[in-house]
Amino acid sequence: MDLGLSEEQEMLRTSARDFLQKECPKQLVKQLDESDEGYSPELWRKMAELGWMGLVLPEEYGGSGGSFLDLVVLLEEMGYNILPGPFFSTVVLGGLSILAAGNEEQKKEFLPKVANGEIILTLALTEPSAKYDAASVKTKAVARNGEYVINGTKLFILDANVADYLLCVARTKEGVKPEDGITIFLVDAKSPGVKCTLLKTLARDKQCEIIFDNVNVPKDNVLGEVDRGWPVVESILQKAAVAKCAEMVGGAQASLEMAVSYAKERVQFNRPIGSFQAIQHYCANMVTDVDGSRFVTYRAAWKVSEGIPATMDVAVAKAWTSEAYGRVTLLGHQIFGAIGFTMDHDMHLYYRRAKAGEIMFGDGDFQRAVVAQELGL
Amino acid sequence: MDFRFSEQEEAFRREVEDFINEELPAGWTEGNIHWPGGYGTLEEFEVIGPRMAQFRRRLAEKGWLTISWPKEYGGAGRSNIEQAIFHERMSYYRAPGGDVATLIGGPTILHFGSDEMKKEWLPRIAKGDVTFWLAYSEPNAGSDLASLQTSAVEEGDELVINGQKIWGTVAHVSDYAWMVVRTDPTAAPHKGISLIIVDNKSDGITIRPLMNICGFHSFNEVFFDNVRVPKKNIVGEKNQGWYYLMVALDFERLVIPMGGFRRTFEEIVQYARETKHNGQALSRDPLIRNKLAEMAIEIEVAYMFFWQTAWMLDRGLMPNIEASVLKLVTTELSQKLASVGTAVMGHYAQLERGSKWVPLRGRVPAGYLDCISALVGAGTSEIQRNIIAMRGLGLPRK
Ligand SMILES: Cc1cc2nc3c(=O)[nH]c(=O)nc-3n(C[C@H](O)[C@H](O)[C@H](O)COP(=O)(O)OP(=O)(O)OC[C@H]3O[C@@H](n4cnc5c(N)ncnc54)[C@H](O)[C@@H]3O)c2cc1C
Repeated sequence: MDLGLSEEQEMLRTSARDFLQKECPKQLVKQLDESDEGYSPELWRKMAELGWMGLVLPEEYGGSGGSFLDLVVLLEEMGYNILPGPFFSTVVLGGLSILAAGNEEQKKEFLPKVANGEIILTLALTEPSAKYDAASVKTKAVARNGEYVINGTKLFILDANVADYLLCVARTKEGVKPEDGITIFLVDAKSPGVKCTLLKTLARDKQCEIIFDNVNVPKDNVLGEVDRGWPVVESILQKAAVAKCAEMVGGAQASLEMAVSYAKERVQFNRPIGSFQAIQHYCANMVTDVDGSRFVTYRAAWKVSEGIPATMDVAVAKAWTSEAYGRVTLLGHQIFGAIGFTMDHDMHLYYRRAKAGEIMFGDGDFQRAVVAQELGL
Repeated sequence: MDFRFSEQEEAFRREVEDFINEELPAGWTEGNIHWPGGYGTLEEFEVIGPRMAQFRRRLAEKGWLTISWPKEYGGAGRSNIEQAIFHERMSYYRAPGGDVATLIGGPTILHFGSDEMKKEWLPRIAKGDVTFWLAYSEPNAGSDLASLQTSAVEEGDELVINGQKIWGTVAHVSDYAWMVVRTDPTAAPHKGISLIIVDNKSDGITIRPLMNICGFHSFNEVFFDNVRVPKKNIVGEKNQGWYYLMVALDFERLVIPMGGFRRTFEEIVQYARETKHNGQALSRDPLIRNKLAEMAIEIEVAYMFFWQTAWMLDRGLMPNIEASVLKLVTTELSQKLASVGTAVMGHYAQLERGSKWVPLRGRVPAGYLDCISALVGAGTSEIQRNIIAMRGLGLPRK
């Protein structure tokens, strides 16, 4: 057993931390949070130059052939520095899906552009029911004259406002089971009939409503097999859940560090507040939550990376980390007192993201149901 | 023992209910996103529109801004239980029924002010003619308020104030600061503090806005540079301010929008009833039922602490530990309600006011943010627990 990172992963981690600290100060984070685009094209280009977008893509498609675990190391740092922008959507939701399910032509067309930062992708899965099950996919795609015509509404779609392509999950057939008859389409976001509306969210992440109104998509743009898309969606969701955990672990780590250093500094009653046992216990709870989250997240990530079945591990990681991040940021706020309740402070940036991260790709209740199922209950 | 309202109390409750139905501007309750327990989402921070000003005037006419005060000072001469009934109903409709002057400053003056001071201030407060803000906290004096540094030095008939206050909620829209200052720098920290009323329009006061995380300008930093205040504005005796402050803080901790918890909870329950997933209402989901039931139970418990404090006041007792317990219980309730609300709404819980698809006008994400202030403002939860443990249970300090 080896619970440590490799030397290369350590290097990736340190260089990512340094880069983000320098290139993405909190001032920029706040500015991007309040903007409609939610990302900085300049920073995006620099990240591409560092090879981040291509980190997990094979060399033949312009990547550097890293593992999913490498990506998780990078995502933890992005969460630590709360980097805004469509990296997660483009690489985790888009790039990895095309790599897993795309045909050779699609891979050749899309992946090099992902790797060099030329295109932004996202997954358009959830609908007004806001659930992650197959039965909730009501958007329809009908074959007509050698094309597909898509109609329906997608909701809570990350970064669709800046995406070039949407991986749209649609129903192509009413099967016996809801899982049958689902197909994934690569839809040009500029296609006539695609209407995207930006929603205003707690975490200021750029979630959108997308209405597909008779949108024509060429047959060649089917990703994977017609009617058999659901297993692909499930595997995307699994990776996305672990990837989200990685971001949350990073965010929780940063929250812990901020709060502990404040507890050492802030003096009330002629002593640092960190000398009060109540505050010490909070800090102890926080570090336990952060470390626990990191362990279960990396175990799940390692299994996914190695191609070992990981349903249980992913559910454990997402259930635990979602709620742990919430607890850690709440305690962080408690330690900061009134100063943390100001817009100028950084604590709320993490607290907001903790809620968004918890909800996305299945919250604690959803994941505990998976755990119960895996237990054979 | 009798857990029912008396006939008189019941009749008063109906009277209040009728008044609200008639006088509260239409749409006010639904439009106001104030989160119960929070100090950061009051829309009144920004505008008290003419409709609301009219509502407040009507309250003042009835003596309802100061229900439990004696009639001679403009009150309604009613019991504290009746006052609690009033606040419970008002907060249920998210109607602003009291403020710092009527609920904190006024009652403290009633207890400790000279006759002259009572005559000067109480009738004006009861009429709603003057508003106060709380000038307690300083950058280095939060929980440890006794370490405050803002100084007041006597010069003839006046005091000259220098220093800085922070977190002054509504300071920018109030008339007077209800303020603690250091009047004797040589005495022990608790023994050199005075409580004083300072006109916001005095020369030398600078108010700078602070934005809270809910996006409201609710609080402020306020600088005092040689501000002159008549000595007669000292409440009670000079250098006794700390003792008055302890009582004023208890009054503050009794200001709980109890009905607001019930109202917001009911709205979340309603949402769970009306929202269907694959044909089944969320309210049929056992996990959601369980969370809502737990919430209902906690609200019932909190209500008892709420009535208890009013009952004590009617018996001539000053709630002290009880005020801290009420504050602690209801602020935890504030946080729990936000947590249950977000769990019930899932993805929709992230949508803020003004967003397409937003449920309940975005009050749940606003509450997720504002409940942070509930756990901190008016003395943090840790400080309340310290009070309950040490002052209440006599646990040793060392
Ligand atoms: C929204 C809002 C509105 C407010 N409005 C006003 C206002 O109108 N007027 C006004 O004067 N003030 C106001 N306050 C200030 C409020 O009273 C203080 O924030 C509060 O007393 C805590 O002080 P602090 O923020 O400096 O935190 P600190 O005192 O620095 O506390 C930081 C942390 O240390 C903990 N701590 C401190 N001492 C102890 C101890 N002995 N044992 C255990 N833990 C301890 C605290 O509980 C907290 O978790 C407001 C605050 C907020 C958030």
